[in-house]
Amino acid sequence: MHKAHRYIPLGDTDRQEMLDAIGVSSTDQLFASLPEEILLDHPLAIAGPLSDQELRQHFHQLQAANRVAGRDVASFLGAGAYRHDVPAAVDHLIQRGEFLTVYTPYQPEMSQGTLQAIFEFQSLIAQLTGLPVANASMYEGASAFAEAVLMAARLVKKRHKVVVSRAIHPHYRQTLATHIANLDLEIVEVGFDAFGATDAAALAAAVDGDTVCVAVQSPNYFGVIEPWTAAADAARAHGAISIGVVTEALSLALLRSPGEAGIDIACGDARSFGLPLGYGGPYLGFFAARDEAKRAMPGRLVGETVDVDGKRAWVLTLSTREQHIRREKATSNICTNVALCALAATIYLALHGRRGLVRLAEINLQRCASLAGRLASAGLSRRFASPFFNEVALRSSKSVAGLLESFEGAGILAGVPLGPDYPELADSFLVAVTESNPPEELDAFLRAASSLA
Amino acid sequence: MSDTTIAHPERHWKNEGLLFDLSRPGRIGVQLPAAGVEEAPVTELLPPGLLRGDLEDLPELSEVDVVRHFSRLSRKNYSLDLGLYPLGSCTMKYNPRINEETARYAGFADAHPLQPDRTVQGNLALLWQIEQALIEATGLPRVSLHPSAGAQGEYVGILMIKAALDARGEKRRYVLIPDSAHGTNPASASLAGFEVKELVSNAQGTLDLAEVERAMTEDVAGLMLTQPNTLGVFENHILDIARIVHGKGGFVYCDGANFNAFVGKAKPGRMGIDVMHINLHKTFTQPHGGGGPGAGPVAVAESLVPHLPVPTVERTADGRYTLSTDRPLSIGRVRSFGTSFGVMVRSLTYILAMGGEGLAKVAEVSVLNANYLRKRLEGAYHLAYQSPSLHEVVLSDKNQSAHGVSTLDIAKRLMDYGFHPPTIYFPLIVSGALMIEPTETAAKEELDRFVDAMLAIAREAEENPDLLHGAPFDTPVRRLDEAGAARKPVLTWMAREK
Repeated sequence: MHKAHRYIPLGDTDRQEMLDAIGVSSTDQLFASLPEEILLDHPLAIAGPLSDQELRQHFHQLQAANRVAGRDVASFLGAGAYRHDVPAAVDHLIQRGEFLTVYTPYQPEMSQGTLQAIFEFQSLIAQLTGLPVANASMYEGASAFAEAVLMAARLVKKRHKVVVSRAIHPHYRQTLATHIANLDLEIVEVGFDAFGATDAAALAAAVDGDTVCVAVQSPNYFGVIEPWTAAADAARAHGAISIGVVTEALSLALLRSPGEAGIDIACGDARSFGLPLGYGGPYLGFFAARDEAKRAMPGRLVGETVDVDGKRAWVLTLSTREQHIRREKATSNICTNVALCALAATIYLALHGRRGLVRLAEINLQRCASLAGRLASAGLSRRFASPFFNEVALRSSKSVAGLLESFEGAGILAGVPLGPDYPELADSFLVAVTESNPPEELDAFLRAASSLA
Repeated sequence: MSDTTIAHPERHWKNEGLLFDLSRPGRIGVQLPAAGVEEAPVTELLPPGLLRGDLEDLPELSEVDVVRHFSRLSRKNYSLDLGLYPLGSCTMKYNPRINEETARYAGFADAHPLQPDRTVQGNLALLWQIEQALIEATGLPRVSLHPSAGAQGEYVGILMIKAALDARGEKRRYVLIPDSAHGTNPASASLAGFEVKELVSNAQGTLDLAEVERAMTEDVAGLMLTQPNTLGVFENHILDIARIVHGKGGFVYCDGANFNAFVGKAKPGRMGIDVMHINLHKTFTQPHGGGGPGAGPVAVAESLVPHLPVPTVERTADGRYTLSTDRPLSIGRVRSFGTSFGVMVRSLTYILAMGGEGLAKVAEVSVLNANYLRKRLEGAYHLAYQSPSLHEVVLSDKNQSAHGVSTLDIAKRLMDYGFHPPTIYFPLIVSGALMIEPTETAAKEELDRFVDAMLAIAREAEENPDLLHGAPFDTPVRRLDEAGAARKPVLTWMAREK
């Protein structure tokens, strides 16, 4: 008599037995505490219930209306979100119900699988960043960056200046501005030089005794590899915290790590490790720092311990930092992390391992260098004469918007224009090349450039 | 020892080491493509000073090793797929598998967030559709899909309130928060630069009208409440509360963590709520995945629409969709790129799988299930508040504490009976709280098994309390030295080895 639904295992006799046990005649009586004037007298105007097949049709139609890489177009878009091949095992393992359908591991005796995997993730991020402590993940790179600045402000109290390179991803800087708008902090932006790197002299000049932190990105938004040392040295000279932002985590396999270069906090996005582009999310924020900062860290931390029988085990630890204990005095309001994304990255890194990850980074480097080298003769020259990893800024003599649209007509999403965020670079756009762009796509790009650029 | 017993009764895969312990030089778990271009020596392309040393600590494993390792780890987790996971306030409901399928369609998974709008009309239409569905469900006119989690939703909501006050030229110092609230509420308000004033709940476990009236002054930006509150009790004076708060120029923020209790039955927009976040990983079945990813869209009243984060999805007169940053009074950007789009695909799939009628049934059955548990467990366990329960019920260890048994003991013993424990020691206003939320996806026989386990534990508490102090016995590991873990933290494999 009641309409059954596949996600609600309540049969008619169940319903009656339960109502009888409770001592009410209908479920309506259970809602008696809601004022009558707010109760709806009709169902929500939402289509459905749909069957699995009807759902497939609906969503298939939506996804078919997109033009995406690998299916409809060749894509060279990067700018903080890099396309990479994902081994099949990653997605299969993260869909195991034992990982997919569990909550934050508050009850460690029943959650050792998740806890151990997070401990492995922390260990891998610490190795890649060259810093001793990494947390269990953040929402995504930009909010991880904002949290890094907030942590710096906890470590270096009563200072006000947040010195930020303009070559940091615009979204990251905008997100930071939103997050500190109501705090007693002021953002001081430092420009970039003719090589597309943060202006080292201007950076050193901007840092003083009132500086909370100094933040740079490498490879920066223009793809330029920056030495971390300028920020690390400037910060150290004035007792400030240095922050290194990484939006392409794969670069860490090849490039000098922030920790090695003296950076205090490394943060950014590790989505490149086994997660789809997915039109922007969910991504994988990471956060690593020096050992002495661990009690000021935001987010979850997993630590090793033993059980009453002396067996090795893992547990959420240092939770007195967190909101569910400290409430308004917590180091952060964060409750959720992105544990499943961190698991995907852990699996991805385990599969690639010591040799695979470095070789993968080399393939990215070689392909990007090759394309950038060949494009010069096709009228697209490098905007900055600086070392780059898998992304490079190219300059065009034609209107960038028009050029990109022409490329699109030829089935190529050629790049991300720089003009909207950097008016002085309106003649340039970013081109990313990864192992997901096979050599034929590079050739096609070159052919299209020869006729269009 | 009989012939059928082997020397080591513990199976080897139950003691799975760390990835780093399993590593063997010379193994690899991927086949990489050839570069396919003429390669230059790396040191010619990059100055040696920019290069790092060997990543000697990264593991070396084959694909077989990796799949076995994580499969073995997975068996150490209890999961929702295995049975009841009655964590109060977390809404651990079944995660439909069709959601995982739709979210992986190539047109969604392979879309780059900075593609031109004309190439992602399907994605923008999808975002438009889920916003419309959440508008319909909340009765509020716009929804920001940006926040990555409930706590970020709270923060964004509070920032919008701040922006609205700024636009009116008002500086207000305080936010009112009940003592039963989630810890994220005060943490978020404080991050936004407000000071928190705590409101003491009354004997019914709800907000006291007189207390709200007294505390709601003109230097208060607003009130953050949870509806129904963390006791599972509906704030039945909501309309009066909203009138008081609005009367002093403040805003009513609703923590929507418990939306599952009344979705499809009543709309927050009709309750005088100005802003509310919705945890898509609770009410709308995004899997929790061991702690995320989730998403915390924020629905707002007209007064806050000008302050929504950017970009928003807009529909043009000719039915095309665009991402718009044209919102001069916006609080700005709250994350990189757009939204946790994959979460939006899953939740919209779920919403359409339920339909309007199905969603009302969600609330109805989640409330039925919670009340059934309440009825069968009260008596054996102390019921913290007599007020009517909606989707969850809060019990306590008051009866068992006479025998020296605590909520922690009860929770740990439940594991031996094959259940994940409820949320414990929250809300803070109930000493030794056991906060139980079965959700609508729990079958009656599963609820009965849970009740049987809880009643058996209540008997054990009287007859053999020491047994409970030692529990659990039948889990991959037993009670842990948590104090030791915090005193001398070992947070990485390297810290342990070196």
